[in-house]
Amino acid sequence: MAEVEETLKRIEAHKGVIGTIVVNAEGIPVRTTLDNSTTLQYARLLQHLTTQARSTVRDIDPQNDLTFLRIRSRKHEIMVAPENDFLLIVIQNPCE
Amino acid sequence: MSTFTDEVLDPVSIQSLWRRSQQSEQASKGCQTRDVRRAEAEVQTTSRTVGSTQTEPADQAAQPLFQAASDEAAPGLREFLRRVEDTVIRELATNAKSHAFSGFQVNWADPSQRVLCQCSLQHPDVQKQGLHVTSVSWSCTGSVITCAYGRIDNGSWSTERSCICLWNVDSRCLNPEQADLVIDVHTAVTALCCHPSQPALIAGGLYSGEVVVWDTSQTPDPVLAVAGMSMDSHREPVYEVAWVPLQKKGEFGVLSASSGGQVLLWMLDSDQGRLVLNAAYALVHQQVPHSSSSSFKARGSGVVGVTSLALSPWDNDTFLVGSEGGLLLRCSFSSRTLAAASFEGLSVPLRAPAVFSFRAAGGPVHSVDCSPFHRNLFVCAGTDGLVHLHSLLQPSPLVSLRVSDSYVFQVQWSPTRPLVFAAATGEGEVQIFDLGRRSLRPVATISQEGVGQAATCLAFNRHNPNLLAVGRMNGTVTVWRLSTDLTEQSPRESSQLEQIANQVAE
Repeated sequence: MAEVEETLKRIEAHKGVIGTIVVNAEGIPVRTTLDNSTTLQYARLLQHLTTQARSTVRDIDPQNDLTFLRIRSRKHEIMVAPENDFLLIVIQNPCE
Repeated sequence: MSTFTDEVLDPVSIQSLWRRSQQSEQASKGCQTRDVRRAEAEVQTTSRTVGSTQTEPADQAAQPLFQAASDEAAPGLREFLRRVEDTVIRELATNAKSHAFSGFQVNWADPSQRVLCQCSLQHPDVQKQGLHVTSVSWSCTGSVITCAYGRIDNGSWSTERSCICLWNVDSRCLNPEQADLVIDVHTAVTALCCHPSQPALIAGGLYSGEVVVWDTSQTPDPVLAVAGMSMDSHREPVYEVAWVPLQKKGEFGVLSASSGGQVLLWMLDSDQGRLVLNAAYALVHQQVPHSSSSSFKARGSGVVGVTSLALSPWDNDTFLVGSEGGLLLRCSFSSRTLAAASFEGLSVPLRAPAVFSFRAAGGPVHSVDCSPFHRNLFVCAGTDGLVHLHSLLQPSPLVSLRVSDSYVFQVQWSPTRPLVFAAATGEGEVQIFDLGRRSLRPVATISQEGVGQAATCLAFNRHNPNLLAVGRMNGTVTVWRLSTDLTEQSPRESSQLEQIANQVAE
C-alpha cells in the first residue's frame, strides 16, 4: 500500500493543490486529506455530477466516454479522474 | 422584800470576727505576660519560568475513519491510481500555468445596456398639497422604499401637515398611484433613515426638531418612540438622521443632526415610547479646528448649522459633518472636550466633537457620503454644483467634479462598484460618474422627459444594487433599473480606487 500513499503524495506535492480524495464505487471516500465533513460533501456531490457528465457524453455519442472532468469555480479548480471503481478528486487553487 | 422589777439589759452586739478576718485576707494581685513580639517578613522570587508541552498532532489524525477499511476494501486502488496519476499530474501542471480563464467574469444574469425606469411612484394627497420629496430610503430587505415629504424651498415656519409613504416595489400588486402605507405627520419630514437590520423600523427627523422612530408593523399607531419638544431635543429642523451601531452587538441608536448645531445620539426606549438622550455634541465656530489650507475665519461664537452627516462604515468612532457655512468636519464620538456653547437644561454634557477640518466649500454642504470600499475616501456636494472627492487624511479634495450649474442635493456611492457614485442635481438630472474613466464626464445621465423638477434625493438599493430611487420636487419618486456596467464590479476596480486614495491633492 505504500505505493498508493506515494502516488497521492506526489500529486499533493503539486503547485496549489488543496486536497485529494479517492472515492470508491459506493461513493465512500477511502483516502482523503481533507476533514471529514468536507470530504463527505465533495464525495457525494462530485460522484453524482460525474455520473451525470458521463451519461451526457455517452448519450451524445455512444462511442464516446468521459475521461476527465475539470470544474472551474471562482475559488478553485476541481479535477475528477473517473473510472468504474474509483474517483480521484483533486482540488487546486490555480492562482496560488 | 424585794420586788421584781423589769430589768432592761442593754443589748450587746458582737460583730462576727470570722467574717472580718476573712475579708481582711483578701488581696488583689495582678499578673501580666510579656509583650507578644511580632515580626513580618516577605519573600518573593525574582524569576519565573513557565513550561508547557504539547504532543505533535498525529500525521494521519484526520483520516482514521476512512483509513481502516480502505486497505482491504479497495483492492483495485493501486492500479487505479497508477493509471490516473499521469493524467492528473499533467492537468495540474498545465492548470497552474494556464491563463485561459484569468480575467474571465462569468455573468449569470442577463446583461442590460440601458438604464430603465422601473416605476414612478406618487401619492394623490401629496400631489394635491404640492409637497416635495425630501428624503428616500430603502428598507434593509431592499424591497420597500420609504419616502418623506416636506418642502425644500420654504425657510419659514409652517404648520403644514405632511406624511411618509411606503411602497413595496417587489410586490406584484404595486400601485404606483397609491402608497402601500401612509404615515401622517404633523409637520414636514426633513430626514429619513431605515433601520439597518429591522425592516419595520424607520427613523425620521422633522422640521420642528423632533426625532421620531416609526414601527410600520404596529397598527394603527406606528409611532414607536419620539424625542419631542423637550429641553433635550433639537430646536431647529433636523436635517439628517442615521442609525448608529452601539457597543452591544446588534443594537442601534439614532443619531440626529440639526441646523441648530447640535448632533444628538438617542437610545430607543420602546417600552416608554420615547427616545432617551445618550450623548450630545455641539459644533461651535470657535472650537472648529483650522487646517492650514482653510481660509475660514471664526466669526463670533455662532453655532455651526449641520446640513449633512455621514457615518464611516469602517470606523465606528468617526462621523463627518457638512455645515450651512460650507464647513466640512471630521468628528469623533469619543471626544471628551466640552463644548463652549451652553444649551440650558440638557441632561447630558455637551461635547465638541470636531477633530479635523477639510477645506471649506463655497456654500452649504448638502450631502456627504463615505465610500463603502475604501476607508479614507468620501464625497461631498453642495450648492456650488461641484462634487468633491476627499481623503480623510488630506484637507484639500483629491478631485473636484463639475456636476451641475445648479445645486447638488445628494451624492451617494454605488454599493457594488467602488469607482461609481451618483449625484442628484437641481436641474432634475441624476448624474452617475465613474472615476475609472479618463474623462471626468458622467457615464450616465438620468433625466425624465418633460420634468424640469429638481432631483432632491436619491438612494441606491444595497440589497438589489441595480435599483436607484430618485425623489423629486414635484412629489414623485422614480425607481430606475441601472445597466449592468453600472452595477458589476470589474476586476481591477479596487486597486484603481486605492491609487486614487493614495494620490496627493494639489
